[in-house]
Amino acid sequence: MNYYLLSLIKTAIVVGIFMHVLAYLQWIERKVIAHVQLRVGPRRVGPHGLLQPLADVIKLITKEDILPSHVNKVFYFMAPFIAVTFALISISIIPFGPEITVGGVRTNMGLTDLNIGVLFILGISGLGVYGVALAGWASNNKYALMGGLRSSAQMISYELPMALALASPLLILNTLSLREIANGQAGYYLGFIPRWAIFQMPFPQIFSFILFLIAGFAETNRVPFDLPEAENELVAGFHVEYASMKFASFFMAEYANMVTVSCIATLLFLGGWHPIFPEKYGSGLIPVVIFAASGLLCFFHAANPARPFDRITLPMFGVLFLGAAGLFLLPPVQFILLPLFWFCAKVLIILFVFIWVRATLPRFRYDQLMRFAWTFMFPVALVNLFITALLVAVYP
Amino acid sequence: MPLGPLPAAVPPSWYLTLSAILFALGVLGFLLRRNIITVFMSIELMLNAVNLSFVTFSYVLKRADGHIFSFFVMVVAAAEAAVGLAIILTVFKNRQTLEIDEVSSLKN
Amino acid sequence: MDALLFMIFAAIAVICGINLVVQTHPISSALSLVGVMGALAALYLLLGGEFIAAAQLVVYAGAIMVLFVFVIMLLNAGTEKKLAIRPWGKYLGAPLLLLFFGMMAYVVQRILPESSPVVFGAFQGGTAAEIGRSLFTVYLLPFEVTSVLILIAILGAIVLARKEVD
Repeated sequence: MNYYLLSLIKTAIVVGIFMHVLAYLQWIERKVIAHVQLRVGPRRVGPHGLLQPLADVIKLITKEDILPSHVNKVFYFMAPFIAVTFALISISIIPFGPEITVGGVRTNMGLTDLNIGVLFILGISGLGVYGVALAGWASNNKYALMGGLRSSAQMISYELPMALALASPLLILNTLSLREIANGQAGYYLGFIPRWAIFQMPFPQIFSFILFLIAGFAETNRVPFDLPEAENELVAGFHVEYASMKFASFFMAEYANMVTVSCIATLLFLGGWHPIFPEKYGSGLIPVVIFAASGLLCFFHAANPARPFDRITLPMFGVLFLGAAGLFLLPPVQFILLPLFWFCAKVLIILFVFIWVRATLPRFRYDQLMRFAWTFMFPVALVNLFITALLVAVYP
Repeated sequence: MPLGPLPAAVPPSWYLTLSAILFALGVLGFLLRRNIITVFMSIELMLNAVNLSFVTFSYVLKRADGHIFSFFVMVVAAAEAAVGLAIILTVFKNRQTLEIDEVSSLKN
Repeated sequence: MDALLFMIFAAIAVICGINLVVQTHPISSALSLVGVMGALAALYLLLGGEFIAAAQLVVYAGAIMVLFVFVIMLLNAGTEKKLAIRPWGKYLGAPLLLLFFGMMAYVVQRILPESSPVVFGAFQGGTAAEIGRSLFTVYLLPFEVTSVLILIAILGAIVLARKEVD
């Protein structure tokens, strides 16, 4: 098939799904935080609030777009564009699964693969800071400027431990291409321990994984490192002067960065799309069991409804889940869905950790944030890299 | 240089010419501008232009040495930026100005 | 395709370079410089320098220029004063500059032999593996010396920027 046509189709699929994921991530976040805090979260729009993202999008698009009179207009308009562009570019090099053949066409799952994939991700995430810094500066507002300054200092500081944490698994896996990194983690020790980077010999990369996640929290400006937009000190930080779609762009950029960090963590440390135990012990049945159990649970709750409305909605979800379970048993689509399931499951678990931490931890103070980066993260990442390098050299 | 429809690929000399143009722009900024930070950025532009010619020569000679040179240039530029911006900060703290002509106590 | 890509990115680089010199506000100049660096990274890719292109993005655009923007924001630097150009500079400057361009371009076109045009993928020596091998074998001493240089730069920056304590 024509290379350009194929790329176009793949781009359309990935972008379409990615945009929906971003919209629903916010729904998931609100639901999870609500349940952590013993509330129920959004449930007015659609069954269980499932149409809430749609309502939010309509609200954000139709809101009045305010242009404050004191801003620097060029940079004020440029900043959200920069933020969202660099947040979305990274998804283009992330592989979601192995090479597949659909209808006689061999193609990789994922848009493209670069020889310098990891470096590219680091470069792009470094460029993302311009959006935040420019927004803070162009708004011509004390709070916004403080937010912009804090964010640029924070991102420069945490980029170092992040890069060092990324470097250690690269020493073991010996490549910079994300696809080869994931492929290098296939297989099992003793037949059942996965060769993921966090378990891989000679030095399990569990410390790098934790360091990377912490630095990832800081790079995406999430709680407990959300100082650039600390509501109770800086009102909303760098995006205080933004309204409507421009505000939504920053919002989208934050969620897209979160998804990217989760994908990178999955690919580099959790073995990408490789299942947690071998196929021969029935790892292919895990998604079937999970979806079928969810479906049956829905039917059970529909039989004893807590609210009258549930009598109608829950059976619908039950049928959907059972249908998904059935799909995983069909051989023609199984080979696409299984890697995708493992990849998405790992990404969702890390995203859940992001949300969980947000619901649990308080915010750092600014000096604590900087001291933590330079006096704890940086030395620990260096020592970790050093030990890894030593062991890789001694036990090749 | 043949003029006419655009060829499928350009010779390396075009890259070198681009590098020369960028270098000249850097010199221009260095001589014309009066803000210390902008003067500093003009120097960075010159370094970048030189890097482009290093990489081009690397392509012409089919050796990776040019890449290594430009890598070292980047490292030196990073060190230079750290020290230079620290100096600029100190100058601004003491004199509340960034105009390069006003920092001239050593003159006369 | 190669020529078209070269034209696009060369145009971006030159326009951003001119913008750097012309703009009066330092933050506009800084962003133009980021534009130049991005365009140059693309040109490095065309020339087969994958690693250098990535390093350009990570080190130059992602770290050094963020530091510049940070300092500009911190000092809240305003627009530059209009500078008074001497009359001979006003009338002689532009022709001299054009002459300089022309001379450099002529020398480059003249001295460089008619070599094969730049085709993407023709040179494969710029991968991270190749660069790493050269860095740690042939260029080991310069590489180690550079690390000392960076250490000195860090110390210098800290000494210069710290508050007076006495």
